[in-house]
Amino acid sequence: MTRALGLVPAIALATALFGGTAGAQTIKIGINEPLTGAFAASGTYVVNGAKIAADEINAKGGVLGKKIELVIEDNKSNPTEAAAVAEKLITSDKVPVLMGAWGSSLTLAVMPKLMEYETPMVVETSSSGKITTTGNPFIFRISPPSAVEAAAFKNIVDKLALKKVDFLVINNDWGRGTAEDFSKMMKDKGITIGLVETMDQGAQDMSAQLSKIKSSDSETVIVTTAVDQLTLIFKQAAALGLKKRIITTGGSQNPDQIIAQAGAAANGTMHLTTFLPWFPDKTPNPEATNYFIAEWKKRGFEFAGCTESFRGYDGIRTVAAAIEKAGKAEPAAIKAALWNINIKGLNGDIVFRKSGPEGKESGQSQPNVYLIEINDGKIEMKTL
Amino acid sequence: MSEFLQHLINMLVLGGTYALLGIGLTLIFGIMNVVNFTHGVLYTFGAYIMFIVVQQLGLNFFLALPVAVLAGWLLGAAIELTLLRPLRGSDIDTTMLVMIGAWIAMQSGTLWIWGGVAKSVATPFPEAPLVLGPVSVSWLRLFVLAAAAMLILVTYLLINKTSLGRAMRATFQDHDTASLMGVNVDMIYTSTFAIGSSLAAAAGALLGPVYVIFPQMGDLAAVKAFAIVILGGLGNITGAVIGGFILALAEELGAGYVSSGYRDAMGFVIIIAVLIFRPTGLFARAERVG
Repeated sequence: MTRALGLVPAIALATALFGGTAGAQTIKIGINEPLTGAFAASGTYVVNGAKIAADEINAKGGVLGKKIELVIEDNKSNPTEAAAVAEKLITSDKVPVLMGAWGSSLTLAVMPKLMEYETPMVVETSSSGKITTTGNPFIFRISPPSAVEAAAFKNIVDKLALKKVDFLVINNDWGRGTAEDFSKMMKDKGITIGLVETMDQGAQDMSAQLSKIKSSDSETVIVTTAVDQLTLIFKQAAALGLKKRIITTGGSQNPDQIIAQAGAAANGTMHLTTFLPWFPDKTPNPEATNYFIAEWKKRGFEFAGCTESFRGYDGIRTVAAAIEKAGKAEPAAIKAALWNINIKGLNGDIVFRKSGPEGKESGQSQPNVYLIEINDGKIEMKTL
Repeated sequence: MSEFLQHLINMLVLGGTYALLGIGLTLIFGIMNVVNFTHGVLYTFGAYIMFIVVQQLGLNFFLALPVAVLAGWLLGAAIELTLLRPLRGSDIDTTMLVMIGAWIAMQSGTLWIWGGVAKSVATPFPEAPLVLGPVSVSWLRLFVLAAAAMLILVTYLLINKTSLGRAMRATFQDHDTASLMGVNVDMIYTSTFAIGSSLAAAAGALLGPVYVIFPQMGDLAAVKAFAIVILGGLGNITGAVIGGFILALAEELGAGYVSSGYRDAMGFVIIIAVLIFRPTGLFARAERVG
């Protein structure tokens, strides 16, 4: 009996060892997203969008005759954790390709690991310019850098008659990068830049910053952060009686959630987004957009999450297309194949162009950017 | 000038809740001498009780507050009975490690039950703020300030004017003598920890609806609570209240006139200064040394 029991750990060990070969029946894709901490809402949306893509691909027979398997890890909205998660996914789960890591600071922390293990990553959300300009050839970004957002916004600043603008941005690579890129564009347009206020990513009370902005002589505030902090800002701005035009950037606003939580305070605000789930027919790929939104609703998720979850959906479809094109699930082959894909994303064609220093360029796709306005609790599209 | 007045109003509403966080911890950390790492989780717990009662059960907002206080009291008593009582008399390091373990386990528990995505609680207060000339403040924040002031007053009276309070002070000054005088020392330990915990839960229940509720919300709150207790002097209720307002003032003026990026650092700059120049806290009574 004792001997028989002694066999149990041996069998368990053997199973664990040979588990690796059994796992080769699927193709693994590593997902590095914030599921807890300051960006939990956003990261969860992206992961749910990714699952829709994986299920759709697997229902159609998978990739290279195998099913794809998402290995999902939580980076806790923390750059140190994001790097650790990337290392774990690559070395322990042996994923040949990653998608992540939502925030710019999180992605920047992962980037050295991609170089170290020569594994490509599709970046679905981050917008700091640095990500594609520092010479990391393993980065393939499908979201717009903040300079692209600023350039799109440039066309409308005359119509909005902006004169003096304050900034309230999250104190990380994303927020500071946005303030820099938008300031540059606005100065060229003759707009005065007033205050540039920052807030910690975990901060819940922005009253001090908002009080300062309230008493400045600017007429517009550009706000950059994710949805949870944004709703707090809208509520606190209303409580302080701040009556300036608020424009948000970054595409992580989930405008429906702002309407639901901030109520009347959301009226008159404008938001730069990268997806138009409210007007599927105006998107570059209406059929896929309608399919995605229907599937999102069928799974019982809140509609508000669509503006972020589509990135996970597009990201996984990008990865799957590259694996198919590569003909094998190996990092180097996938990296090479990413340069040659051309798929119809929900926000425009996903085609990677070279960006950054010669010889070690990162891939950058050129998605669309839209400006929407909330009026009477409804979302309207503005022409850029 | 209007900006300065607005900062002062912000300081008042923020300071009230900091004071509430501070007095809960000063009872446990200052008087009981337990480095209570679960204080932040109890704050989170109070906020989630609010979420359950108001959003999930659909009950009255004002009813939810005493429920949260009671739940905090019960959880605090449970922690004291199961974790701290068996460790009484052991050194501070052991207790500290156990409390760190409890903190991690409880935080993971909230994550497991409610998930990582932030929740919000609807309140019965009007959205439009109260406008007083150049400054304005939301009705919810005013209510929070009033409720915090009331809880602080009740705690102060409880510690300084009741026989339970006298027994508490006696127990933590000299546990053996108090025991000889007929004080039920075990009961005092449990109730002190429970009262401190219920104050943390009350702070969470009041602030949860102001902000958003998520499993890690208590971490920053706990750090600030420790800062306030050190600022005001260990075990000093009045000191903790004033410490709360000083921290709020430093944060408001620091963010308003120095740099908003360093807002959360302002309080700790003050702590460092206090520890260098007045290591027993700003309001510590003169004590006999040796």
